Amino acid sequence: MMNRNFRAPAAALAAALSLGLSTIATAADTIKVGVLHSLSGTMAISETTLKDTMLMLIEEQNKKGGLLGKQLEAVVVDPASNWPLFAEKARELIAKEKVAAVFGCWTSVSRKSVLPVFEELNGLLFYPVQYEGEESSKNVFYTGAAPNQQAIPAVDYLMNDLGVERWVLAGTDYVYPRTTNKILEAYLKGKGVAEADILINYTPFGHSDWQSIVSDIKKFGSSGKKTAVVSTINGDANVPFYKELGNQGLSAEDIPVVAFSVGEEELSGIDTKPLVGHLAAWNYFMSVDAPANAAFIKTWHGYIKSDKRVTNDPMEAHYIGFNLWVQAVEKAGTTDTDKVAEAIIGLETPNLTGGKAVMLSNHHITKPVLIGEIQDDGQFSVVSETEAVPGDAWSDFLPGSKDIIADWTPPISCGNYNSVTKTCSGQNF
Amino acid sequence: MPTPCVHDATRPGALGQRLIAALLLIAVLIPAAAADPADFEPGVELIRENSFKSLEQGVGLVAASGDPRARALLTALQATELHLRKSDGALVIARPGAAGLDLIDPLTGDSMGTADKGDLKRIGLNNRLRGQVRAAIAGLNLAHPDAAVRLSGVNAMLDKLDPDGVALLRARLDAEGDDSVREVMTAAIALADLASPDASRRLEALERLDGSTHPAVRGGVQRLIAGEPDPEVLATANRVLRDIDFKRDLYGLAETLFFGLSLGSVLVLAAIGLAITFGVMGVINMAHGELMMLGAYTTYILQQLMPEQIGLALLLAIPAAFLVAGAVGVLIERGVIRFLYGRPLETLLATFGVSLILQQLVRTLISPQNVPVANPDWMSGSWQVNSLLSLTMNRMYIIAFCLIVFAALFLVLRRTNLGLQVRAVSQNRAMARAMGVRSARVDALTFGLGSGIAGVAGVALSQITNVGPNLGQTYIIDSFMVVVFGGVGNLWGTLVAGMSLGVINKILEPWAGAVLAKILVLVFIILFIQKRPRGLFPQKGRAAEG
Repeated sequence: MMNRNFRAPAAALAAALSLGLSTIATAADTIKVGVLHSLSGTMAISETTLKDTMLMLIEEQNKKGGLLGKQLEAVVVDPASNWPLFAEKARELIAKEKVAAVFGCWTSVSRKSVLPVFEELNGLLFYPVQYEGEESSKNVFYTGAAPNQQAIPAVDYLMNDLGVERWVLAGTDYVYPRTTNKILEAYLKGKGVAEADILINYTPFGHSDWQSIVSDIKKFGSSGKKTAVVSTINGDANVPFYKELGNQGLSAEDIPVVAFSVGEEELSGIDTKPLVGHLAAWNYFMSVDAPANAAFIKTWHGYIKSDKRVTNDPMEAHYIGFNLWVQAVEKAGTTDTDKVAEAIIGLETPNLTGGKAVMLSNHHITKPVLIGEIQDDGQFSVVSETEAVPGDAWSDFLPGSKDIIADWTPPISCGNYNSVTKTCSGQNF
Repeated sequence: MPTPCVHDATRPGALGQRLIAALLLIAVLIPAAAADPADFEPGVELIRENSFKSLEQGVGLVAASGDPRARALLTALQATELHLRKSDGALVIARPGAAGLDLIDPLTGDSMGTADKGDLKRIGLNNRLRGQVRAAIAGLNLAHPDAAVRLSGVNAMLDKLDPDGVALLRARLDAEGDDSVREVMTAAIALADLASPDASRRLEALERLDGSTHPAVRGGVQRLIAGEPDPEVLATANRVLRDIDFKRDLYGLAETLFFGLSLGSVLVLAAIGLAITFGVMGVINMAHGELMMLGAYTTYILQQLMPEQIGLALLLAIPAAFLVAGAVGVLIERGVIRFLYGRPLETLLATFGVSLILQQLVRTLISPQNVPVANPDWMSGSWQVNSLLSLTMNRMYIIAFCLIVFAALFLVLRRTNLGLQVRAVSQNRAMARAMGVRSARVDALTFGLGSGIAGVAGVALSQITNVGPNLGQTYIIDSFMVVVFGGVGNLWGTLVAGMSLGVINKILEPWAGAVLAKILVLVFIILFIQKRPRGLFPQKGRAAEG
């Protein structure tokens, strides 16, 4: 009786889950590329698009004749927003599927979860999302922004262009906002901002009741000094936050919010009226007027068969990461991890905003920093743009890491080399 | 938490901006002295150039010209209705009309036909310009015939006072007929008088400011205290500041209470359907959250079907969501749960499976992304009680909606035949069957009712949070918490528990932070359940012992 009643939902569940997967059958002479993005669970909202981006890039490369005379083959797995499952799936990709490289992960905790697997099995991971830094692994290439490529320039813009003197650092309670806010707090104090002019606030994941916090921000901002919010609030929780700001009558002219996790994809799911004028700092915006970007958007719309779908910053990061990997494999003449990792350093590829991305010896890349204001059509209008900034793995503003550098070229060949004591701490990350 | 901060001297960074604002205000506010109607045309030309730099100058010139057409032009610019027609570069105001966009000449007000979105280029603003335009309109608003518009103008000026603005306010004060506008004007002038070198004038200004709740006043008094040489004035200033702070605390308390009740009503809405299925029927329904999600998606689909009638779609979504979620509830009961009565652990697992299926179904059929559900205009914004207390409209509607749903459900259970049968079956199934109640049918209907209410709650949630496949998961734990805390099987318990948890949470939040407040509430409930395992309002009698 019990078995009979359980089989139905279990079978339906399995069927439902398998809809998201599209592992392609193995062929003999192909180069396999692993795609490790959640297609179900909480992170599916952000990661599904990146899976599609990777499939598109691979398809485009195959149209150009593949790589080293072989066709590329995508191996898609679904780690289902479950951090330990990320490690299992990574192991499956490297050990069982023998992929040449993996493109994947979104949250820092998922990256930390797969890191030991990549180091143990000597795989290659391209990580496309902005993150808190304080890491440089031999096996990971960070194509998203480090804090000095997103947070610091955004704060500079607020301080110099908008004359902001009081700061609210609001974030979701996990490692990326906590580290970023620590860096920002040290940076602001270094610029002479008083302790009393900084308000730090953390909220749980998926927080939806922002009444008290917005009311606090309002009181904090009513002292007469220009106030801004630097938001590391993650994903979903942003929408009710902006709605509450609008409802309590705080407009972008009064208290602008600059966000590091709100992009075109997130905006496409919401009513943008209450957000107009608020800011976001990224290294790419869909609205950037550059030929490479126009071509990329056209290919994307063709691939996804809808011209309503947007492009965003992590997609550009995958675009850059994939192209760098392709170049490195061509240069090395093999997909062997060590040879590719050696060949890729110093390579450069056009980014989508009309500049060039260079892979640095600390496994980070150079990126321009763009500040955009949210428009009512869900796009950003760029109000500030910097030159290409080299990514810094170890922040110069944290006491624990300011002497540490990452350099994976000889003679240092270390991810956390202390330039004062001249030692590599020997950690594997 | 924010510590009150004493305002210090103007920093160089802000000086430039203030200077611009001051110059602008001089120009705008003293038409007799500086208005030059000849500025209007060149200003419009600069706006037409449509770069941020030219806009800044253009807006300044147009505002300073004193031209009667300036207000309409700037208002259109603020509302992002101002466009350039690509074919001839003409400046037009575009508003959505019957066929595409209706074009209006901003200078003459004449119609210029219609156009498609692609034929026009919008004149965009950035934050700095938006602030400039707003200040310019505020200045122009002082002479507006409508008192409400004048009031907003004065309020905007009060936030950034400068000598010329004050001079204008003084000049206008006698002519002002509306009491509330006069009050704010008086406060603004008194605030300016605080800087007067004459101690008696400062004293008089303080007396006039006593009891004013505008945030600028508190800042002004604090600045005065910091540098006041006269002991009498200082004593008065301190008293005024104490009065203001007392009012701030009082209204802060009222605000916290409101926040608590609104959070509480969200909790009650989420839990009330569960109070039926779990409380009355004893089914641990892990798919409860997904039924709310279905309600929220019903709202989304109805809004997609009638994009012009967002508000009407929202109202229609209430019965529609009830039917959709109720029907799915009946299906779940007939298809899964009825085989598992009396086996709570297996029900829990089976309904958890159902919840995953429903989530993935939505991901596959609609989208893994969140979907946009718009707020109708009457649910946006806030009701400004005074400058210290404003109550947001959407929250007030949700409190009212929660109470209505609760009352309706209460009536159904107490006053209708179905309610009688539901209570009979839940208290003593065998006896109810012996009396001729078809208990299987009642089970299905009860579960349908609870699920339908969950759908209705989803409509309310769609207005304050994200609508996506994960909507349900966010609320399922809170819902169980409220029902268990209130006492299983007791609707009043659910109401009282939800509201008190909301208020406790909001009282804790300011000093403990949102994360710790949530933990503290959970710990509190665990301790409470240890002491009173049956919750706030335990059911009494033999049925409860079973």
